[in-house]
Amino acid sequence: MADTRPGAGSRIIRWIDYRLPFVAMLQHELYEYPTPRNLSYWWNFGSLSGIMLVVMIVTGIFLAMQYTPHADLAFDSVERIMRDVDYGWLLRYAHMNGASMFFALVYIHLFRGLYYGSYKEPRELLWILGVIILILMIATAFMGYVLPWGQMSYWAATVITNLFSAIPLIGQRIVTFLWGGFTVGNPTLNRFYALHYLLPFVILAVVLLHLIALHRFGSNNPLGIDMKGPQDTLPFHPYFTIKDLFGLAVFLLVYSFFVFYAPNFLASSDNYISANPMQTPNHIVPEWYLLPYYAILRSVPNKLLGVILAFGSIFLLFVVPWLDTSPVRSARFRPIYKWVFWLLVIDVSALGWVGANPPEGLVVTVGQIATLYYFVHFLILFPLLGKLERPRPLPFSIATAVLQGGGGAQLGRAGAPIARP
Amino acid sequence: MLIRIVASTALCLVSCVTAFSARAADETPPLPHQEWSFDGVFGTYDRASAQRGFQVYKEVCSACHPVKHLYFRNLSDLGYSDDEVKAIAASYQVTNEQPNDQGEMYQRPGRPSDRIPGPFPNDQAARVANNGALPPDLSMIVKARDGGPDYVYGLLTGYKEPPPGFNMLQGMQYDVYFPGHQIAMPPPLSDGAVTFADGTPATVPQMAHDVVTFLTWAAEPNLEPRHRTGFKVTLFLIVVAGLFYAAKRKIWAAAH
Amino acid sequence: MADLAHSNAGGAHPGETRRDFLILTATAIGGVGVAASIWPFIDSLNPSRDTLALSTTEVDLAPVQPGQRLTVAWRGKPVFIDHRTPEEIKAAQDVDVSSLRDPQSDAARVKKPDWLVIVGVCTHLGCIPLGQKTGDDRGPYGGWFCPCHGSVYDTSGRIRQGPAPQNLIVPPYDFTGDTTIKIG
Repeated sequence: MADTRPGAGSRIIRWIDYRLPFVAMLQHELYEYPTPRNLSYWWNFGSLSGIMLVVMIVTGIFLAMQYTPHADLAFDSVERIMRDVDYGWLLRYAHMNGASMFFALVYIHLFRGLYYGSYKEPRELLWILGVIILILMIATAFMGYVLPWGQMSYWAATVITNLFSAIPLIGQRIVTFLWGGFTVGNPTLNRFYALHYLLPFVILAVVLLHLIALHRFGSNNPLGIDMKGPQDTLPFHPYFTIKDLFGLAVFLLVYSFFVFYAPNFLASSDNYISANPMQTPNHIVPEWYLLPYYAILRSVPNKLLGVILAFGSIFLLFVVPWLDTSPVRSARFRPIYKWVFWLLVIDVSALGWVGANPPEGLVVTVGQIATLYYFVHFLILFPLLGKLERPRPLPFSIATAVLQGGGGAQLGRAGAPIARP
Repeated sequence: MLIRIVASTALCLVSCVTAFSARAADETPPLPHQEWSFDGVFGTYDRASAQRGFQVYKEVCSACHPVKHLYFRNLSDLGYSDDEVKAIAASYQVTNEQPNDQGEMYQRPGRPSDRIPGPFPNDQAARVANNGALPPDLSMIVKARDGGPDYVYGLLTGYKEPPPGFNMLQGMQYDVYFPGHQIAMPPPLSDGAVTFADGTPATVPQMAHDVVTFLTWAAEPNLEPRHRTGFKVTLFLIVVAGLFYAAKRKIWAAAH
Repeated sequence: MADLAHSNAGGAHPGETRRDFLILTATAIGGVGVAASIWPFIDSLNPSRDTLALSTTEVDLAPVQPGQRLTVAWRGKPVFIDHRTPEEIKAAQDVDVSSLRDPQSDAARVKKPDWLVIVGVCTHLGCIPLGQKTGDDRGPYGGWFCPCHGSVYDTSGRIRQGPAPQNLIVPPYDFTGDTTIKIG
C-alpha cells in the first residue's frame, strides 16, 4: 500500500485518527479488506446499489428545495422544476429514472444472492437486513410516486392504501387514519412527503448495518466456499475498487441513456395528467418494479388473501435461509437447483407481465399459475431440493480452483461441502 | 449460462414491450409513425414548423383549449424576437394578479412574464360551452397520451365516417385513433383553415404536423439541451469506461 | 482472516509506471466528471426562469400627472415614482450637498428631473415610508416620512433626519420612451 506521509496535513489526521479511528477503519475496511479473488461481475451490484442510494438522496434533496407538497400546487411545482429551474429537468429525470435503476440493481443483487447461496449460514442476518432494505425501498418508492400528484399518483395511492381495508373489523378505520381524511387528499400528500424524505435515511442506516454484517465474514463468492487463507483473497483496493469503478462507468451509461434519451419510457403517460378525484384512469398500473406484487394481489379472488399473499411474497424472503436445506451454497454445484433458479426468474418476469396488463383471459390464468409457482418454489422446492439433490463435489479451495483455471469442481479431489453447525 | 441470460432477458423484453404497447393498442389499428424533426438521439425542434403550429393553436385550438403551463416568454425559444413576444403578449388581455384600488380584479394587456391565458376562466365554464365535455389542457398532451406525437397526429387526421352498424352517440364524432372511437370534439382542422405567414399550403396533414411539433415542444421544451448534454455525457462515459477497463486489466494482470 | 494478502502495489515492476499513469489518467478524468456533475445541482439553486422573468418591470408614466406619485412592484419591493412639480425640483436642487448625511446631488439621482424613481424601502431597517398616498405625512421636507423610527427624506429621496444611514436607493432604470420606463 503506497504510504503517503507528507508533513503537517497527516499529523492532523493522525491526531484525529488516534481519538476517532476513522482513517484506520477505512484503511482496514476499504483498502486491505480481504476479498475472494474469484468474484465475478455479479458482485458489482451491491456497490452500485449503494451509489444509487446516494444519487437518489442528493437529487431528492435538491428537488425538495423546489417542490411544493400541497395538492393544489404539487403538479405545477413539478412542471416548474421541469421548465423554469436551471437543470431542473435533469434533477427530475435523474430522480425518476434513478428509482427504476435502483430497483433493477437491487433485484439483480438479490437474485445473485439466491443463486450463489449468499443468504446461507453465517450470512442469514446479512440477507435479512437486505430484505428490510427492499421493503423500505418499496415504501419509499410508493410514497415518492404520489408526490407529483398526477392521475397515476392519486389513483395508485387510493388503490394501495385501500388494501388495508381488507383487515377484518378495523380495516376501514385504518385506511381513514392513513389518509387523514375520507379520500386520498392533501393530508395524505403531506405525510407521504415527510415520510418519503425520512425513509431514505433509515435505509442508509440499515445499509450501514448491512455492510457491518457483510464485513463480519466477508463476501461470498461464485464457488460458495469459504475463504481459507490469504491465497484465496485479494485486497479490496486496488483490485475491486477499480473493478467497481469500471462497473460504475458501464452502469452510468445505461442510466444516462434513460435519463437523456428515453426519460419517460418506464413511466406512465397518465401521470402527466393532473390528479382528478372524479375520474379513474382506464388502466391503473404501478411502476414496473412493483408489478409482480401487484400481479399476485390481483391473482387471488379473495381480497384479504390477495393482500396477505402479495405482502407475504416479500416477507417470505426473510425465512429463505431456513427454507433452503442444501448443504451447498453455490448453484454451480447444485445440478437441479441451477435450473430451478431460472424458473423463478421466468416466473417473476411472467408476474411482471401479468401485473402490467388488464386482468382478462390469458393474463388471469398465467397470473394464477405464476403466483402458485412463486410460493411452491420457496415453500416446497427449496426444502425438498436441498434434501433430494446430489451436489457436485466442491473444489478444495478458491485458490486451487482459480489457479487451475475455470473455477469448476476438481474431479477426484476430496472437496468437502461446507460444514453445517 | 450466457444462453440462459439471453433467454430470460429476451423474455423480460418481450413482456415489457407487450405490456407497454398493450395499453395503447385496444381494438384500434396500429398508430402509423410520422417523421418528426425531434425523433432520435439527435432530434431537434423544427422552429419553422413549431411557429406554424403555434399559429394553428392560436387560430384554431385556443378557442377551447388552454395551454396553462406556457408563458409568453417561452415563445422566444421558438425563434420569435423579444419585440414579437411582447406584441403577442400584449394582444391578449390577462387578469391582473392584484385587484385595483377599488378591490376589483381587472384585465390588462399581457406581458412576456404572464402565462398564456386560456379561453375559459375555469373547468365548469369550459364544460358549459362544450356540451358538458371538458377540452383538455394541451401544454402536456403529447406526454399525457400513449403514442405521444403520433397519437395526437393520428387523432387530428383520423376523423372518418363511422363504419356501418357502429352505434354513434348523440353529438359525437367518429375518430379512428381515439379510444372507443367516439370523440366529442368536432374535426378541428380543415384545408385552408389557417393562412401560414411563410406561405406553406395549409392542408390538414400539414397543420396537424405543425401543431403536433408545437405541442411536443410545449410539453418538452428542454429536449434539445437534454440531447446535447446526453451526447457529451455518453461520450465522456465511454472514454472513462474504456480507461477504467484498461486500468482494471492492468491491475488484475498481477493476480491472474 | 484479517491477514493482509500480498498486493503488488508496492512492488517495483517495469510495467508499474505505465500502469500508474493509466490509473492516474483514469482517476483524473473520472474526477473531472464528478466535479462537472456537481454544477447542475448548484445551478438549480440560482434564480429560476420564472423569477428572472419578473426581474424587470415596465411602467407607463403617461397617466401620472405632475404632483402625483405612483407605486409599482419590482422584484417584490415597492418602487416610488414621483412626477415632481417645479417647486419640488427646485427644493431638491437648492440643497447644499456637503451638508447631507449621504451626500448626493439631485442630478445624480434622476435621469429626467421631472421624474424621481426610488425604491420605497427605508434604508434604516426596511419599513415602507409614507408619502405616496394623498393625505400621507410627507415629513418636513415634503418628501417621505418613515413612521417606524422617524426617518425623514426630501424631494430627492435623500435622508435628512432620523436614523437611516443612506438615501433611498435609486434602482437601475431606463427611459424606453418619453413616458415609459423599464426598471431592472
